[in-house]
Amino acid sequence: MVPKPLWLLAELTYRCPLQCPYCSNPLDFAGARFKRELATEEWCRVFREARALGVLQLGLSGGEPLLRPDLETLVATAHELGLYSSLITSAYRLSKDRLAALKQAGLDHVQISVQAADAGLSDHIAGTASYRDKIAAYRYTRELGFPLTVNVVLHRTNLHQVEAMIRLAESLGAERIELANTQFYGWAFHNRDALMPTKAQLDAAWEVVQRERARLGNKLEIVWVLPDYHEQYPKPCMGGWGRAYMTVTPGGEVWPCHAAGRITTLEFANVRDHPLEWIWSESEAFNRFRGDAWMPEPCRSCPRKTVDFGGCRCQAFLVAGDAGVTDPVCSLSPQRRLVDEAVAAAERAAAAAEPPAEWAYRAAPASRAIAAKG
Amino acid sequence: MNRPGPAVVPRIAPKARLQRDEVRDREVLLYPEGLVALNETGSAILNLCDGTRSVAEIVQALKQRYGAEGIEGDVTAFLDGLAAKGLVTYAPPAPPSYPPTPSAPPR
Repeated sequence: MVPKPLWLLAELTYRCPLQCPYCSNPLDFAGARFKRELATEEWCRVFREARALGVLQLGLSGGEPLLRPDLETLVATAHELGLYSSLITSAYRLSKDRLAALKQAGLDHVQISVQAADAGLSDHIAGTASYRDKIAAYRYTRELGFPLTVNVVLHRTNLHQVEAMIRLAESLGAERIELANTQFYGWAFHNRDALMPTKAQLDAAWEVVQRERARLGNKLEIVWVLPDYHEQYPKPCMGGWGRAYMTVTPGGEVWPCHAAGRITTLEFANVRDHPLEWIWSESEAFNRFRGDAWMPEPCRSCPRKTVDFGGCRCQAFLVAGDAGVTDPVCSLSPQRRLVDEAVAAAERAAAAAEPPAEWAYRAAPASRAIAAKG
Repeated sequence: MNRPGPAVVPRIAPKARLQRDEVRDREVLLYPEGLVALNETGSAILNLCDGTRSVAEIVQALKQRYGAEGIEGDVTAFLDGLAAKGLVTYAPPAPPSYPPTPSAPPR
């Protein structure tokens, strides 16, 4: 039986004022494939169809979702449908009036990213001066009574600030801080050498997290997203392919996760052409890696297959060149050496005190150049 | 933290919301990035958390509705579990109404 989805990530646009080099959006976000954004009524239909399928949690993301002038309408529709809505935003130029209008429309939760604990480093990583807006928006969020998640993507250049990040979230009165070690997809995969942390950095940060968890108790929830290249086993990506989660892209393609569009061996259906129910239940892309019948060894006979579902299909495709093999992050994968090499390169560079490689900012001109190359 | 007594008034935290899940024929408690699936009893308890009833009153109401006995421990454990996740908050018991309703002064 086909499982029912619980989560919908609505990527409302790939336009974004920030240029973070670890962005999970597709490298070719500015290319023809993503050009024509869904209209308001199309999104509202997607939300209705998602709710009828069983979705209860809605992430409004991007790019920068605030760039959609119809965001209030979309939030109001989600609210009427009974979806629990989270705005996932950079908060760039977010005014208190706009946030109040979103509250009025029924928005449930706000997640605001910050790139580091201080303005200088945060703005450097974002590639756009945005720290001041973020701090202001955190305050508006609390003043308006929203639950607040502070989100920070961690990598070699900011891992030393984990304690300061937690203190910042605490001082802002956030409910949660999500310390998300970079997952290497999209721009992050493109910039992997520049972003890859060392084991020593990760160990030091993890120690801080454990200490701060003990200090803060349930005053502030600290979520630590594992750095999977440094783990022994893969993550249970999306809780399994086509099991609980889907992403709808700005142009209406539906993906089992927000990185899946990169898998060139799959064809993804579009909500402009098909009902969401058909895409979820019937389409080839959603069924390809559903369940465990597709699994090769070592997954097929592995007792962990019900725990991690073979790991991440996008990672298998990006690293091993085949979406249908065991996630190469798994220590049992015959391709694990590809991951080990990337980790070892970062260790060697750090040991030789080399500065990290330069990253390419996520920006439209770079994206169009990549899209043109194919 | 001392365990709250039966006189405290539980309330669903502002970040959480009760929602009917028609597709799976149940209620759920939704919160940022997660949900708690509720069985019939869990639903009944949370629907009684209206910000005026104390734990003791909720237990009383459930006893009347279901004729169940000895449920106080289960109700308390359920609410404490949600409180530990910040999904339920406890308010101190409501004070007796004060000043007392004035009665006509004696002549």
